[in-house]
Amino acid sequence: MAKTPKPDELSKIDYAPPQSAWMDTPAELKEGNWCYGAKPKNLETLHFPNPREWRVQDEDWKLPENWQEIILKGMKDLLDKYRSFRVFMDICVRCGACADKCHFFIGSGDPKNMPVLRAELLRSVYRGNFTKAGKILGKLAGARELTYSVLKEWWYYFFQCTECRRCSVFCPYGIDTAEITMMGRELLNLLGLNTDWISGPAANCYMKGNHLGLEPHTIVGNLEYMLDDIETVTGIKITPTFNRKGAEILFVTPSGDLFADPGTYTCMGYLMLFHELGLDYTWSTYASEGGNFGFFTSNELAKRLNSKIYAEAKRLGVKWILGGECGHMWRVLNQYMDTWNGPADFLQVPKSPITGTVFENAKSTKMVHIAEFTADLIKNGKLKLDKSRNDNLKVTFHDSCNTSRGMGIFEEPRYIINNTCNHFYEMDELTTREKTFCCGSGSGLNAGENMEIRMRGGLPRANAVKDVVDKYGVNMVANICAIDRAVLTASLDYWVPGTGVTGVHELVANALIMKGEQPRTTNLRGMPLPGTEGQE
Amino acid sequence: MTLTNFLSEKKTVILNRWYDSILNTYPSETAKFLKGQKNPFLNPVGATTYQGIEKLYEYLVQDAEKDKVSLYLDSIIRIRAVQDFTPSQSIRFIMSLKAVIKNELKEEIETHRLHAELFAVELKIDDFSLLAFDIYMKCREKLYQLKVNELQGWTYRRLQKADEVYKKECVYEDIHNELIEFERKEVAK
Repeated sequence: MAKTPKPDELSKIDYAPPQSAWMDTPAELKEGNWCYGAKPKNLETLHFPNPREWRVQDEDWKLPENWQEIILKGMKDLLDKYRSFRVFMDICVRCGACADKCHFFIGSGDPKNMPVLRAELLRSVYRGNFTKAGKILGKLAGARELTYSVLKEWWYYFFQCTECRRCSVFCPYGIDTAEITMMGRELLNLLGLNTDWISGPAANCYMKGNHLGLEPHTIVGNLEYMLDDIETVTGIKITPTFNRKGAEILFVTPSGDLFADPGTYTCMGYLMLFHELGLDYTWSTYASEGGNFGFFTSNELAKRLNSKIYAEAKRLGVKWILGGECGHMWRVLNQYMDTWNGPADFLQVPKSPITGTVFENAKSTKMVHIAEFTADLIKNGKLKLDKSRNDNLKVTFHDSCNTSRGMGIFEEPRYIINNTCNHFYEMDELTTREKTFCCGSGSGLNAGENMEIRMRGGLPRANAVKDVVDKYGVNMVANICAIDRAVLTASLDYWVPGTGVTGVHELVANALIMKGEQPRTTNLRGMPLPGTEGQE
Repeated sequence: MTLTNFLSEKKTVILNRWYDSILNTYPSETAKFLKGQKNPFLNPVGATTYQGIEKLYEYLVQDAEKDKVSLYLDSIIRIRAVQDFTPSQSIRFIMSLKAVIKNELKEEIETHRLHAELFAVELKIDDFSLLAFDIYMKCREKLYQLKVNELQGWTYRRLQKADEVYKKECVYEDIHNELIEFERKEVAK
């Protein structure tokens, strides 16, 4: 929140925003918009440079003396390594097509949240140091020096981008601004400038296999709580296996599903579905994280954290891997894992043991998204579903950025929802599918201390939700992403109070008629099922 | 002619001036976007703000939808409460309506001696401001509540675990009680 003026200052406030050009308007790092800086212990765990105690609000960020040299060398390395980065630095004609597509710009009104301008923060330094025109003409050619103030501006704004790639959909040149943010963050990490909300989970994941730092007994314990709840609701005792060698399928999901509501209900959905199918699968307490906060740090760390999934699949000798509902996890798995840590030629092309469907789309990665798996089950009539159990819900679907723009999963979750619920309503088409608005807190921005920026970023999505709430009485937003489940809960509570958030497999589990189940009177949340209210 | 007549006649002009004065609290590039993009899904800030002030104005002139005044104020202030504004900047847009009305209806007010009516309208605007203050505070408190909610969500399972470790039956109505009990046990230890 901005500083409160004193009474005598009140009448002297100039309400007009600065009229100076963006380059001459230094960023003011305001509380509520940034996350706490990375703690030394986490950077040390990850073997990242410059671990030290530092505070964002301090003038001195305790950087090495030659920090400019480090950044510029880092930039040169990235330009040499990634042709895409060099092209993105050179090719932008500043047409402005992306300018008003970013949820942060739309919600905040801060011009530096325009994707083009966020990229210019980096481009200006690129021009000044790596192009002849920039070196000679300087500011005239859109170039500037890398100063301490510029570095702070980078830090502020590259952690105000959720790497959602909505802007890229509209760029006539196909510039992927998310990749520019990724390069920006990678450079900042050369100086130990990460947020602790990212480096903490990444360090946990590196040491313990998941972002939350859950150790094997805690993972088992948390799942046992869920199994107890499932037994209460259905009367069925489920006994999943852990780290079982020789299982056909390894199941990997984001650890958020194991830990906090409403993700836990989605997790119960997986457990119930797999039990009903009699699936030969195992959980792993080592490859216990589908998400990858390394992806929000550097390419090398993302690769390092991801490697456990194939390694564990190999150790356990499974045939293929099934993955839970997550967003960025799937961008990583679908677009990077095979290149980083593949080829997984020790695995087989995924084939559903229930329907016989071969998932040709996962021929290379050997990993299938659970929405594809379940949609295939329903299509082949393998599940008995009672849609009326979800009749208390009027559901809309939020396309997660990464599963929609990163791998084109549009129809499967909708197909599942339509087969498990009687009341489904789409949000406006300008805000769904490839044009979906981000939840506002992806790419490691889902901390607590930056709640204001999260709310700004969440406004466009919540605004579209509000429309279906007003028109149709929607009361539940379904999605297939653990971060969505965690953060939409807060965002909708602020913008559209009274609207719930659910994973698609929670809807499946509520509708699923299981063999030998007791008559159900409540859903997984302990709420009375429609028509059973008041019954014991 | 009464002031209400003039306010109705010049509704569009006054509303647009008022809207412009609000847009001017944003950087110029943003103001252009907020004014230019008419689709409410692509420009929720602009659309919500315009719709909100229009409804407030209707109440001011015709006493229309009195019960919804706080709803429309809320829709605008909820946005400004999380943007880069100080508290006073967040709600000052209401006061700027006074200046807009005086400027646009200067002649009419003088000619028809409408000062008493103007005073009544200004009192209504002052009431908006006071209501806006309540709403602003509610929004800010909500922000802090959200932080607390998230923290409680993350600690719930840990507390459940802690209860098991201490091997005591611990059934409480809500998480607050669990937290207090947990702290007591820590102290006793």
